[in-house]
Amino acid sequence: MIKPKHDFQAEEIVAGYDQKTILNNVSIAIPSHKINVIIGANACGKSTLLKTMARLLKPDTGAVTLDGKSIHQMPSKKLAKLLGLLPQSPIVPEGITVTDLVGRGRYPHQSFFKGWSKEDYAAVAEAMDMMQITELANRNIDELSGGQRQRVWIAMALTQQTDILFLDEPTTYLDITYQVEILDLLTDLNKKYGTTIVMVLHDINLTARYADYIFALRSGQLIAEGTPTDVITSKRVEEIFDMKSQVILDPVSKTPLVVPIGRHHQHT
Amino acid sequence: MTTNSLITIKRGRQKRQRRWLLVNLLLILTAMILCVAMLLLGNTFHHPVDVFRALTGETVEGVSFAVNNIRLPRMLAGLLAGIAFGIAGNTFQTMLRNPLANPEILGITAGSSVAALFCILILQTSQTVTSFSAVIAGLLTVIVIYFLSRSGSFSIGRLILVGIGIQAMLSAVISYLLMVGGHQDLPSALRWLSGSLNGVQLNSLTPLVLVVVIFLPIILFLGRHLQLLELGEQAAISLGLRTDLTRILLIVSSVCMIAFATSVTGPIAFVAFLAGPIAKRIAGVGYSNVLPAGLVGANLVLAADLIGQFAFDVRFPVGIITGILGAPFLLYLLIRMNRRGSL
Repeated sequence: MIKPKHDFQAEEIVAGYDQKTILNNVSIAIPSHKINVIIGANACGKSTLLKTMARLLKPDTGAVTLDGKSIHQMPSKKLAKLLGLLPQSPIVPEGITVTDLVGRGRYPHQSFFKGWSKEDYAAVAEAMDMMQITELANRNIDELSGGQRQRVWIAMALTQQTDILFLDEPTTYLDITYQVEILDLLTDLNKKYGTTIVMVLHDINLTARYADYIFALRSGQLIAEGTPTDVITSKRVEEIFDMKSQVILDPVSKTPLVVPIGRHHQHT
Repeated sequence: MTTNSLITIKRGRQKRQRRWLLVNLLLILTAMILCVAMLLLGNTFHHPVDVFRALTGETVEGVSFAVNNIRLPRMLAGLLAGIAFGIAGNTFQTMLRNPLANPEILGITAGSSVAALFCILILQTSQTVTSFSAVIAGLLTVIVIYFLSRSGSFSIGRLILVGIGIQAMLSAVISYLLMVGGHQDLPSALRWLSGSLNGVQLNSLTPLVLVVVIFLPIILFLGRHLQLLELGEQAAISLGLRTDLTRILLIVSSVCMIAFATSVTGPIAFVAFLAGPIAKRIAGVGYSNVLPAGLVGANLVLAADLIGQFAFDVRFPVGIITGILGAPFLLYLLIRMNRRGSL
């Protein structure tokens, strides 16, 4: 079943921490059913934008609206059925098993004093199958590798069964094999259910390959948005990252591929 | 989704659930046995039938007074204080995701103790006034620690360090109060300070009974929310938890339990610290740790009091026994946390 479409927007967001403003008047509209990636150099505000849209951070001015209503005014449990998030560094309770952790994603669907319903078990099993962690079901999370753990967390976010899923750098600290594996799994999820994905990624080339739509930030402002072919050109890459590069065609996926130049290698 | 994976998941979860249930039942059973032992044993052993007759209101020569005025209040105080310390300690430890972050090490118990001592020694107020002062002082301590450790980004390590500092200051205040307090109250104040079930009166237990009856269900009810807080602020918010409200409810409930228990028995060392980790170890991690922690707390206090009363030639207050048992566990936990790098 394909998830419904939503009108999801950030309108003139000014946000930051304490006295420091990080996002300066950013407005974006997230296209439904797409894999959206926010990119930009370190400290450009991409994580802040993600946190604001995922209602972890209240904007100083402006609003994040979902189907015309401000998300900061919606009942939190109702919103949790629409927006899910995989934080950048989630905390694992010591000694917990995979199943029990994944099942905690069911919280917004559960009522008080009830154990797991049929739907809860089905959602947990489905998410674990999708993330290929069913064999690990009764294992302790402490024993798993980084890539396996990340799949457990994504499975937990999946059991929440939200229409929109945020991920804050889901591939950081993972080997390239696991990075590709995680992004493949997210693509499966997007194709199968039409889940709208909004994530922050560091790797520009993986972004170019997996994103349907890109938002590029620089110093707290949106400087480009569009498909990978629109956004990832050598001129734009220089604007976003302050780095000279050549952009060629990725022979595998036919998407743009950024080849950095640097100081020690001649540009011919 | 395959049926096989559903079966694997269900089996594993039900197995853990059975263990959790079994452990709770066993803990209830042992607590009941300890309670009965507290009623039967004393200066002289009373026959269970006599004890039962005394409890149901019959006057049994040589039994009624000891059972109804000494042993019953002592047993109830141990049971209730154990539950209160265990649950409150576990709440803080889970909420702050660190076994060191318990009311004793954070100085909350010390805050309540100072207020209670001040009431007992200087103002000589009634039990009720003492209890409420202890609650207010406990909450004030939480607020002070919270604001002192807030600078910059919130860190649990800093919270614990600030708590240790506050506790050191409050210990100095306790010493001062003992010095200036009236001499006639000094022995009882000292016994109270080391955590003791001696001389508890039945009518002085009413506030503690009420507090446990009110706040135990609240914290049990919030057990599921507590499990989300354990995953970190961001995950908890995205799962739809109102984190600020939940935390305030949990803190107020826990501090009330601790403060009322402290005002009756004094600070019984290490129970709030030990109960949560022991409960987790035996009951498992997947289900709420609130009930097992409360039961472990009750078992610890009752068992330690029986040991203190009967294992040695001299009678020791319960707090000395839990202190002796708890200190090595604290060291063990510190070493293990250091190894895991979570200190």
